[in-house]
Amino acid sequence: MQEEIIISGFGGQGALFAGQLLAYAAMDQGYHVTWIPSYGPEMRGGKARCTVVISDEEIGSPLVRRPSSAIVLNIPSMEAFEPAVKPGGVLVVNSSLVPQKSERDDIRVFYLPATDIATELGNVRLANVVCLGALVRATGILPLEAVKQALDKHLPERYRTLLALNNQALDRGAACVR
Amino acid sequence: MAKELIEGNVAIAEAAIRAGLEAFYGYPITPQTEILEHLSWRMPQEGRVFLQAESEIASINMVYGAACAGVRVMTSSSSPGISLMQEGFSYIACSEVPAVVINVMRGGPGLGNVQPSQGDYFQAVKMAGHGDFHMIALAPASVQEAIDLVVLAFDLADRYRTIAMVVADGAIGQMMEPAELPPMRPVRRPEERPTWALTGAKGRKPNIITSLYLSAETLERVNLALQAKLRRIAAQETRWKEYRTEDAELLLVAFGTVGRICQTVVREARALGMRVGLLRPITLWPFPSTRLAALASRGRGILVVEMNAGQMVEDVRLAVEGCCPVQSYGRMGGVIPLPDEILPELKNM
Amino acid sequence: MEEMELVYKRPESLTPAHTHYCPGCTHGIIHRLIAEVLDELGVRERTIGIAPVGCSVLAYYYFNVDMAEAAHGRAPAMATGLKRVSPDKVVFTYQGDGDLAAIGTAEIIQAASRGELFTTIFVNNAVYGMTGGQMAPTTLPGQRTTSSPAGREVETAGWPIKVAELIAVLPGTAYVTRQAVLDIPTIRRAKKAIKLAFQTQLAGLGFSMVEIISTCPTNWHMDPKEALEWAKEHMLAYYPLGDTKVSDGVRALM
Repeated sequence: MQEEIIISGFGGQGALFAGQLLAYAAMDQGYHVTWIPSYGPEMRGGKARCTVVISDEEIGSPLVRRPSSAIVLNIPSMEAFEPAVKPGGVLVVNSSLVPQKSERDDIRVFYLPATDIATELGNVRLANVVCLGALVRATGILPLEAVKQALDKHLPERYRTLLALNNQALDRGAACVR
Repeated sequence: MAKELIEGNVAIAEAAIRAGLEAFYGYPITPQTEILEHLSWRMPQEGRVFLQAESEIASINMVYGAACAGVRVMTSSSSPGISLMQEGFSYIACSEVPAVVINVMRGGPGLGNVQPSQGDYFQAVKMAGHGDFHMIALAPASVQEAIDLVVLAFDLADRYRTIAMVVADGAIGQMMEPAELPPMRPVRRPEERPTWALTGAKGRKPNIITSLYLSAETLERVNLALQAKLRRIAAQETRWKEYRTEDAELLLVAFGTVGRICQTVVREARALGMRVGLLRPITLWPFPSTRLAALASRGRGILVVEMNAGQMVEDVRLAVEGCCPVQSYGRMGGVIPLPDEILPELKNM
Repeated sequence: MEEMELVYKRPESLTPAHTHYCPGCTHGIIHRLIAEVLDELGVRERTIGIAPVGCSVLAYYYFNVDMAEAAHGRAPAMATGLKRVSPDKVVFTYQGDGDLAAIGTAEIIQAASRGELFTTIFVNNAVYGMTGGQMAPTTLPGQRTTSSPAGREVETAGWPIKVAELIAVLPGTAYVTRQAVLDIPTIRRAKKAIKLAFQTQLAGLGFSMVEIISTCPTNWHMDPKEALEWAKEHMLAYYPLGDTKVSDGVRALM
């Protein structure tokens, strides 16, 4: 088994954190995992993207051109990664910020108004976690419960108060996938 | 100790602490600044020395000074900063004091960019500074290996009283992987500092650490001794990893991040029925030439893949001495070659 | 025979080696002053010196203490690295004007600014000695050297740097002074200043530096006496002697 996931958005949308959360969950489940960001001189507002590879054997390349699934949090990410997802793969689209639809019929696409859901939950910055919930459910890489455990285990102390909200965000995202 | 998900740069910094790092002097530069940042709070926490220098030139000379005092000392930088340190490397090598340098390579030449690169291969293995010397150059392909090689770098630097560089790239520095840190080794006590170190001439003749030898004959003798030491290092410390070379007709040779990417290529090629193997040098200097020559003698071709214009390929060609074709595939500017472009190159051989 | 009192001997902090310095060069005097001070303070066995690149590149043969030889201009960085891991040691750099005021400007200013606890002895003889008398950052306006054959033109070569004044404005410094070794009174005052600089270090008060106006008869093409007179007349006019920084802590030591 090997899954390659790209999570992409603007800086500040939490793409990197969502990837790390997935990586923690995969590690705790005993998988090999790599998390690698694209990085540049931009700080806030620039593009933020990471690639997570989860495998049951030693991981060679930590980077892929064609991921098996992707989360796109904004329009530039949609344009970059909608065509890249491997046939049979999964694309999770934050439809609050991405109006266009995929024309591909060889992948499964899930549109969820993640930013709206996050706002409804009381914290707009949870859109990334909403999307991660959807991706985990849609791909079945890991049980959603594993991601929740990873949150509990690895969420930095200063964000502990947001634990329950993060769990709700995961559930809301997962619920968008049927 | 359990594995933790840890970023390469942080892992490198923490591994150095565990290896008994007593002083760090450095200057910020992307993509290695997390090393400096981590050490800026961890070193004082452990009661050790951290100082942000005014430049890479100052950093390496602070390292030189602390190395003269006989402590485990390190600096880290990325390509343009490493260029500034070359004067210091040469002095340290000639003075035979131990020091560890981390280079998290980025795209060049010039200011280049901050993306991963292997453009400093020549610099690390052939032209680390003026005069005849080599640094021990260790190239990790994973976060775990970065940890292990940092510890090894300190041990080798001490054992051979020389300069050892961990040659990583931006991808290793920035990526997170599960890895296990080594147990904490104690810092050398003042009375354990080596006898050659500058500790004050109490009850002994003064120790002098210099790289100046005005007579040609004397300096040649110094050089001959240095060369003998380098031969000893080459004989004892050459390291590499092989993957599925047992029956390989075609051999990939790649180091660092590209080395692990080529591991994926081997798997994909094998799935197509191609008999492909990988040799990944861990020590770039000393280079695993002997083993490479042996593998080349029974193969029908070698493809050297690098994140540069083709630098290590020169050492591969020297090693195999024309006994099989050697091709080069390189990406530059911070572009990382991926399996889907390497595989066709392999098929064309 | 009546026992005689020993009134003069080589300080323990100097080796018996014959120096390579030219006849009439003042490095020898400055070496001796430092050595006498180290002896008087009883710190020879815990002193570590850093030699520069320049005429005094071989200073490590003359001081009877542990020493290292730095790259050109980098002695303050080396001393920083060394002192930070050896806080109980007495560390000094010995640097010329090319080494300290040209190629090593960044290192000396930053070390002084950080208040590093070592002492710098800065020998200013207005010329690059070892390479044969080229223009230094401290060469006087109009002064002829092998690389300013028509005399230093400040319009193109800029003005000489007044190091003692420059360093003194940095808050990290505790004691900065300019002295000379051009006759008996200046030599005696220079020794006092060197001693105070090392005492400043020992008391942990901050960075200490003694600039010493010196001569280079060989490259000035003068005999030693003429050189001393020339330095008094011309160098002291541009480089006034005296303390440029005395912190309260240092004043208490005086």
